[in-house]
Amino acid sequence: MTAIETLAPKPEILGSRDSFVAALKKLLPARAVVADEAGRRAFETDALTAYKCMPLAVVLPTSTEEVSAVLRFCHLSKIRVVPRGAGTSLAGGALPSEDAVVLCLSRMNRVLEVNFDSRYIRVETGITNLGVSNAVAPAKFFYAPDPSSQLACTIGGNIGMNSGGAHCLKYGVTVNNVLGLKMVLMNGDIVEIGGPHLDAAGYDFLSLVIGSEGQFGIVTEATLRILRQAEGARPMMIGFDSAETAGACVSAIIGRGILPVAIEYMDRPAIKVCEAFAHAGYPLDVEALLIVEVEGSEEEIASLLEQIAEIAAEFSPQTLKVSQSAAESAAIWKGRKSAFGAIGRISDYYCMDGTIPLAKLPEALRGIADIGQHYGLTVANIFHAGDGNLHPLILYNANDAEEKRRAELCGEKILKLCVALGGCLTGEHGVGIEKRELMSVQFNEVDLAQQMRIKSVFDPEWLLNPGKVFPLKAQEAFLIRAAR
Amino acid sequence: MQHVSETVFPASEAEVSDIIADAAARSLPLEICGNRSKAAIGRPLQVSGRLSSRSLSGVTLYEPNELVIAAKSGTPLAEIERLLDSNRQQLPFEPCALERAVNPDGREPTLGGAVAANASGSRRILQGAARDHVIGVRAVNGAGEVIKAGGRVMKNVTGYDVARAMAGSWGTLAFMSEITLKVLPKAEETRTLICLNLTDEGAVSAMCRAMGSAYEVSGAVHLQRPFAERLTLADVASLGQSVTALRVENFSSSVDYRIGKLHQELRPFGAIYELDDERSRAFWADIRKMQFLSDGEWPLWRITTAPDQGARLVSALLGQMDCRAAYDWSGGLIWLEVPPASDANATLLRRVIAEFHADAMLIRGSAAARASVDVFHPLAEVNMTLIRRLKEAFDPQRILNPGRMYAGI
Repeated sequence: MTAIETLAPKPEILGSRDSFVAALKKLLPARAVVADEAGRRAFETDALTAYKCMPLAVVLPTSTEEVSAVLRFCHLSKIRVVPRGAGTSLAGGALPSEDAVVLCLSRMNRVLEVNFDSRYIRVETGITNLGVSNAVAPAKFFYAPDPSSQLACTIGGNIGMNSGGAHCLKYGVTVNNVLGLKMVLMNGDIVEIGGPHLDAAGYDFLSLVIGSEGQFGIVTEATLRILRQAEGARPMMIGFDSAETAGACVSAIIGRGILPVAIEYMDRPAIKVCEAFAHAGYPLDVEALLIVEVEGSEEEIASLLEQIAEIAAEFSPQTLKVSQSAAESAAIWKGRKSAFGAIGRISDYYCMDGTIPLAKLPEALRGIADIGQHYGLTVANIFHAGDGNLHPLILYNANDAEEKRRAELCGEKILKLCVALGGCLTGEHGVGIEKRELMSVQFNEVDLAQQMRIKSVFDPEWLLNPGKVFPLKAQEAFLIRAAR
Repeated sequence: MQHVSETVFPASEAEVSDIIADAAARSLPLEICGNRSKAAIGRPLQVSGRLSSRSLSGVTLYEPNELVIAAKSGTPLAEIERLLDSNRQQLPFEPCALERAVNPDGREPTLGGAVAANASGSRRILQGAARDHVIGVRAVNGAGEVIKAGGRVMKNVTGYDVARAMAGSWGTLAFMSEITLKVLPKAEETRTLICLNLTDEGAVSAMCRAMGSAYEVSGAVHLQRPFAERLTLADVASLGQSVTALRVENFSSSVDYRIGKLHQELRPFGAIYELDDERSRAFWADIRKMQFLSDGEWPLWRITTAPDQGARLVSALLGQMDCRAAYDWSGGLIWLEVPPASDANATLLRRVIAEFHADAMLIRGSAAARASVDVFHPLAEVNMTLIRRLKEAFDPQRILNPGRMYAGI
């Protein structure tokens, strides 16, 4: 995984840059085309900041028709296109290539329709995740998937990566909360998939498009399921002296038929950093901290927390504390949700995103500690424990090339461990460029070829978000075979 | 219509792979099936052989504490549900017994069939469809290649979501050999409030009101009187009125509280009848088994639309034809029985619903009708192109259930 290779740019495209930019400026209003160096600089990377590349040009369309015009032109000219929302991908999902036009949807951020009776909202996909919930909050509704970056990340990006969040244990991830899409294919055709109704006819293209990392089309509108907010919610914190007991406690809670809205796990290094940042009152003397949140009326919350406390008591927790106020609850979540930022204050880090079967948690954490030690690096672990999604944060110094290399090797080993334990490479961040070469750890050639044939259904010439998701050699071999 | 020489019951995935590879080499079309309980749904097939999953049976993984179960595709659905039940868990999507509409003899559905049909029941509005709970699939594509997608963990975005896309593909993309599902705890208690004698429009308002509450209503059904009278739950059947039922499932203390609150929400809708735990379970079992349908000759359509459009859509249809409607999913799913006609009234029905965002699928119809009309809702040409190309990406020779969903696909 070291020094991730990028796709070789097409020289004929680079050579015709000026004429392409001129053509784009004819298709779109002048302010929608960014061609100068300073302007393009803002789009050279995403949240995987170790990798950067200046794109050919950037376009900021304001309508589906403009998107269609740009794609039709790029298709005819064989120009690669990299879709982008807010650029918060941790996997390099929005990393440009030198010969690609970045198509950024941030100016398409309107709410188009809200229907509380049928419980959906239709939006342009450049709207932020939190913007959707804010739009329906006055009526006490919300949009369920809540990635940590929800203040910035867009619905388009969420759809690309099938984003999750802390509360998806109860409410599901993006794919479970999208009813319909309007998408522009690479040839400029506009296709509508699903709508305000459930389980629309034909194959389940929603499942395929959501999580396709922008490689199937540019999604410009989405119809999203909105839900009525619970009457209230409250977290409790339970601290344990080992990963084993914390993991066993999570198993027991779920095994007894309780499905909290979230069960979050932090290990000692993560607790320390998050507490220093958020002053949430996290216990500092425990090895593992669970944040368990339940929802409902006052009485329901009290009853559920009591049941959970009784279960936890069987595992001799070191601390057990129910939030006493809205302010305290907010602080507890602030600490957890800003964990990445908090760790970013003290060190550069690689954020990993594997998933494991819950029962393997102790084994996984022991393995991660060993791997970290082997590479001489500290790893802090944050974990969506209810659904097995693990975020090891590998701390390193980005200015030290050798240490950066070790951090990447460390991450690779950790993800391979997740797969070996019966899990997967990525639970919610996506493959992007980051985990592309590891795909062959989880899938064999036949599996990958099947996925690549699906890619070709939508984008036969592989112009959309190129160089991501599949190992580069596998992509090349597939395209050579397909051309025969 | 069928010219089937034999049914093969492979006992291993490897055998399935050999059979399909051989059929592909000879371009021989195959019927892909489980126990054929839903064989009378879809366009009639013309195939030279039948490949059944029935001998691929058994649960291969069950971790109650991780909310995950995996089973071979030919496993009887009832076997899986019994196992889950003994651990106080369930399939959250409450598979709708579609087969009851077309197969009154009661052939047992398999897990593979339920997923292939994306058969989701009343709880779909709260917990999602079958496809929402598919987290992994092993399958054999139309070239005879064994493919795996997804896995056994519920959060997984590694590569495209191929496993989920198998749901609702009716055996036309691949032969599923093993399916991994997310499951959920079974609620401690179930209770149901029934509003009586509402018009369709009133019922949809009541259901939307309940669904928009914070009380996590897990079923919202409206049956016109003739449908209600066919239920096996005698006290509801004998009410002699239309019934609009709203279900709450949770811990007992929560159910008490939420039912009380819902009573208040529903006050504007008149008299309310309440079903306790036992009768609630019987009522929803009836709904799941589609006990409300006539067993007559009337073709049955399944229409999905936005919930608040349901009653208006039926009213528009009633302006054009005789028909009887039962509503599920808060009005978003309509089971519509229409008078017999050579085209099962497809032309007229689709003309009327074109005014709405709605899809209509013919569930029960004569083989002649199913051969001559679009059984699955016809889509725009750009969608059909994608459908054709996806079929080709899985089954280039078009040998797996060819034409079952759309002619030529």
